[in-house]
Amino acid sequence: MSAIFDYLTQEPVWFYVRLVLFLVGTLAFVGANAAYLVWVERKGAGRFQRRPGPDEAGPWGLLQPPADGIKLMAKQVMTPPGADALLFRLAPALVLMPPMMCLAVIPFGDKLLACDLNIGLLLVFAFGSINVMALMLGGWASRNKYAIISAARVVSQNVAYEIPMLLVVITLLMITGTMNLNEIIHQQAGGFWQWNIVRGIWDFQAGHIGGNILVPVTFLIFYTCMLAETNRAPFDMAEAESELVAGAFTEYAGMGFGVFFMAEYANIVVGCALATLLFLGGWQSPIGTVPAEWGWWGTLLGTGFFFAKMYFLIFCVVWIRWTFPRTQFYNLLNLSWKILIPVSLVTLLLTAGLLKLPNLF
Amino acid sequence: METPVDTSQIVKFATLDDLLALGRANSLWPLTFGLACCAIEMMATGMARFDLSRFGAEVFRPSPRQADVMIVAGTVNKKMAPAIKTLYDQMLEPKWVIALGNCAICGGPFVYPNQYSVVEGVDKLFPVDVYVPGCPPRPEALIEGILELEKKLTGKRRFPEVKIP
Repeated sequence: MSAIFDYLTQEPVWFYVRLVLFLVGTLAFVGANAAYLVWVERKGAGRFQRRPGPDEAGPWGLLQPPADGIKLMAKQVMTPPGADALLFRLAPALVLMPPMMCLAVIPFGDKLLACDLNIGLLLVFAFGSINVMALMLGGWASRNKYAIISAARVVSQNVAYEIPMLLVVITLLMITGTMNLNEIIHQQAGGFWQWNIVRGIWDFQAGHIGGNILVPVTFLIFYTCMLAETNRAPFDMAEAESELVAGAFTEYAGMGFGVFFMAEYANIVVGCALATLLFLGGWQSPIGTVPAEWGWWGTLLGTGFFFAKMYFLIFCVVWIRWTFPRTQFYNLLNLSWKILIPVSLVTLLLTAGLLKLPNLF
Repeated sequence: METPVDTSQIVKFATLDDLLALGRANSLWPLTFGLACCAIEMMATGMARFDLSRFGAEVFRPSPRQADVMIVAGTVNKKMAPAIKTLYDQMLEPKWVIALGNCAICGGPFVYPNQYSVVEGVDKLFPVDVYVPGCPPRPEALIEGILELEKKLTGKRRFPEVKIP
């Protein structure tokens, strides 16, 4: 047994073993999350509106996602007449691929990451932008006027919200000085006062003012942009059913539509994971550090902390969706260009100044 | 009289077919679509007091491509009929129709001599699976209609039938 284990963990084989583990793990993780976040969404919607939500299919309605899956897979497959058949079929695959790639560099625990890349953050944002292209392709290839309008909206919305998001991340990068996501988490060891959301205000370890005293605002901007990038209410312009039938997915039926939904939830998972590890200390414990001699059990405990923080943020996404009405499109763009971008520019300048301040004395 | 043979039942994959039917019965997504006062009752069915979502049928899809069941809620005018027919044609198989209220069933109060504007029953346009009578029907009646449609799919009733003494 241990001989097999040793063989598998030796370097040339270990690479392929890790690859297979990552592929299987990511597929399972994304699939399970997509299915059961839909359940959380529907159950949550019910609870927020004082009704029970799905509760007849299985205990607490837990068999609702499999039922939906079976239904979607058994639905007639159809390419609308006159549509670009290749692009129409390709778009759902393209929209699910980027969030899966992003999961490669996200550390779920100290040693629990597929690829320890030193430009991990850059990779996440690079693949995050492909998502927009896929949605646009889907809308464009459908040959449907509502889908095309929605595709144009998605592009302008994502361009508008990419800018404040990147500016905000740059302020954080100036503090951390690295793009390696695991390194960023290692810097936040010690307790919740060492997490970037507190450390930015006052650096307890060094005993002087932090790099960015507006870091809670920075976090809010990041979270808002994340909501807009993943096309979630109140910014769900991609699927504005009161204006555009079903937006970019109007012509999609069955599992093609299901894959778009899976991708939406996978994007939310990636966005919330990123918010967790940039601002809330990733897999670090809120009090003290997990002792190194606990080994894999410590890693598992860290993964528990990571998931607790991440799923809290995801729950907030659902909460926001069922609390706020959809904004109008010009309000959405105004929010980005008139408020979020100026504020994030101010935080950028502030951070640049404050980082130099302790050196002056 | 001979029993009519349902062509879809000639080839049957036993357990798999039952599983498919169960899956479909538990996620009947209706089309967001209301014509008259019955639509108000349909909205009430989705809200807190009656809650259609318990049966997994609260996902009102705006696009006919993603909907499974069309709830014709209200009076079908001759002017509206072509649009409704188009929506029905745009829905993908398998699809079902519930005629909600007397107007959708047979024209209801609009049936009189020299009547020129109302289609007397939506089954003149396309086949209907479940008829829910009432003017308008109570939300409980629509839920009963959905349960009846589930019974049509799975062959089993979800709850014991209520006997009126």
